[in-house]
Amino acid sequence: MREFFMAASLLLAGASVHAGELPQYRLVISDHRFQPVELKVPAGIKFKLVVENRDATPEEFESTEFNREKIVMPNSAAQVYVGPLAAGHYRFFGDFHQDTAQGALVVE
Amino acid sequence: MPGIALLVFREVLEAALIITIVCAATRGVPRRGWFVGGGLILGVLGALLVALSAGALANAFSGVGQEVFNAGVLLAAVLMIGWHVLWMSRHGQAIAAEMKALGGAVQSGSSSLTMLLLVVALAVLREGSEVVLFLYGMVAGGAAGVVGGLALGVMAGSAVGFALYYGLLRIPLRHFFSATNTMLMLLAAGLASSAARYLVQANLLPTLTGPLWDSSRWLSNGSLPGQTLHVLVGYDARPTGIMLLFYTVTLLILLGGMRWVARTAAPRAGRAGAAIAAQPRC
Repeated sequence: MREFFMAASLLLAGASVHAGELPQYRLVISDHRFQPVELKVPAGIKFKLVVENRDATPEEFESTEFNREKIVMPNSAAQVYVGPLAAGHYRFFGDFHQDTAQGALVVE
Repeated sequence: MPGIALLVFREVLEAALIITIVCAATRGVPRRGWFVGGGLILGVLGALLVALSAGALANAFSGVGQEVFNAGVLLAAVLMIGWHVLWMSRHGQAIAAEMKALGGAVQSGSSSLTMLLLVVALAVLREGSEVVLFLYGMVAGGAAGVVGGLALGVMAGSAVGFALYYGLLRIPLRHFFSATNTMLMLLAAGLASSAARYLVQANLLPTLTGPLWDSSRWLSNGSLPGQTLHVLVGYDARPTGIMLLFYTVTLLILLGGMRWVARTAAPRAGRAGAAIAAQPRC
């Protein structure tokens, strides 16, 4: 039953495309590392993630766990809409600098 | 260099798998080498152009230009593959019969080849532009072994494509084009669901549901088999409702279209086949 309500609330949250202002969260890439490395976001809602690249080279913000990929040009910011996600730990990475650019969304 | 080779390999692999299916689907069609080669060159030029205008693209459509562009490219490829699938359902049997009769060469198929040339070009453009931006960053950052990594990645990615191609050639001729047609349909459905994912990422489409299932413990999107299946059949470890909807609708339209074409073409198929077979070989 709990699963049902969770699924139903996810469905409703997912169905609203332009339902007012979405909450916004920010990641910064600097020296091919994410700041913060772990970003806390709420479960069950859609939100806007702004990824700012302060490096002089392009990066691709990517997650195979919450299924997003977007090129972020040097010294600029890109927005990605994410969620609604169930609670959990979702890794993301910078595809162009995977040795260092690793991070995760902590969804609670 | 291993990191560079690996990233290039993954991007090249995606394009190579698509090109392989296109090559198999155009088996026996004359001059298809030129069409595939032309598609490759167009794709590489397009990739450079897209990479050069990546900054402008990023700012277009209030920040979601990249998603709109990718979704557009994917849906254009879906349309062209769809066109070819329907075209083949009308001409495929005649082509297979003629290949048997003439020992492998057929005279028809160039109208549909143009569509597949564009599919090759779009696949190379999409994956290639990422490679260009990545390599630009590597060169600007003073990384070593960029050329070697690029060469290794391209060779390894192409090798997988060739292996798949020669594997597909083992399919008996009488099943061959129905097999390649099925692969093209699954490819198109997968590309359509990827387009939906980009439009969700841009907040232009709703997800409809949360993830319908989670098979990432067995086969994650990031793994090599997961990525390969993603290209070939549109596999996703955590698909949302809208992705499945795009996938299913594409498949249903293509299946329905094939039936419709087969029904309307049935009385004329014999004549078309005879006309093709009667053309002189050059």
